[in-house]
Amino acid sequence: MNRYLLPLALFAVLVLFLAIGLGIDPKRVPSPLIDKPLPAFNLPKLKTPDYNIKSTDFYGEVVLLNVWASWCVSCRAEHPLFVELAKSNNGPSIYGINYKDKRTDAIEWLKYFGNPYQASAFDQHGLTGIDLGVYGVPETYIIDRSGIIRYKHIGPVTQDALNKKIMPLIKKLKASNI
Amino acid sequence: MKLLYLFTLVGCLFMFTDSIAIDTPVEFENQADKQRYNKLIEELRCLVCQNQSLADSHAGLAQDLRNEVFRMVVAGDSNKEIIEYLITRYGDFVLYRPPVKNTTYLLWFGPFLMLIIALVIIVRVIRVRASDLTIEDEEEGHDLS
Repeated sequence: MNRYLLPLALFAVLVLFLAIGLGIDPKRVPSPLIDKPLPAFNLPKLKTPDYNIKSTDFYGEVVLLNVWASWCVSCRAEHPLFVELAKSNNGPSIYGINYKDKRTDAIEWLKYFGNPYQASAFDQHGLTGIDLGVYGVPETYIIDRSGIIRYKHIGPVTQDALNKKIMPLIKKLKASNI
Repeated sequence: MKLLYLFTLVGCLFMFTDSIAIDTPVEFENQADKQRYNKLIEELRCLVCQNQSLADSHAGLAQDLRNEVFRMVVAGDSNKEIIEYLITRYGDFVLYRPPVKNTTYLLWFGPFLMLIIALVIIVRVIRVRASDLTIEDEEEGHDLS
């Protein structure tokens, strides 16, 4: 009996590791920017290109920064959630980064699907996207009042992610003094 | 007729392999820069299509990152600086060769650990079997005498 125990234990360990491996989504690359300051950027606004929007403009606010594009199909899935969130009183300040888009297309898109953003930065060549480590649109960042990135959501935000992760974090950040 | 069909099919295959090679329209002033650029984009992973290097990938992001690497190579940034630039943005995941550090010790040295464990087990098994044999031999010897 004893002689089967060791192989059985090893097999159990193997199964455990494989099970963990199955649960990990390799498409979600952890960002090295978590708990780091938001990379500096200075981009023209989408609707009013004469005005710029800077990373430092967010200081003092708990911000949900959403990277989106009119060509991005899964952005349409998450968009209604942001439109709804923008109406609520205890939500974050919502800003957008319009990533590698055509200005006219993006403005049309917002007209059609609604505009939850206080402003969107127009990142025509995706260089700010690279600084933020964007590799698949949509991506969503939660930034605290002192400009530190606290959370990154890759892919479309779901109601579930909003309820379980994002809103509790925003509540916590808003309640804290920092 | 069948043969012609087959040739066309095989021809199509080659057409596809040809289109895999990416030609980025990049012009270098010297050969050293060109080699450095080619080596770097071979070693860096495209985050969109994760089993391809930046050199292989058609993804828009891969093109953007190739442009960045090109810009930095021409500007005279060192390989270390360029890799550092990408790691601060995308993490160690951009490297096909992960760095040796706390979290990757198991990855780097695990196989050697397994090898040592296997060797220890083999040696022990051989010893046990060998001693079993000598006992049997002795027993047989006793029987004979």
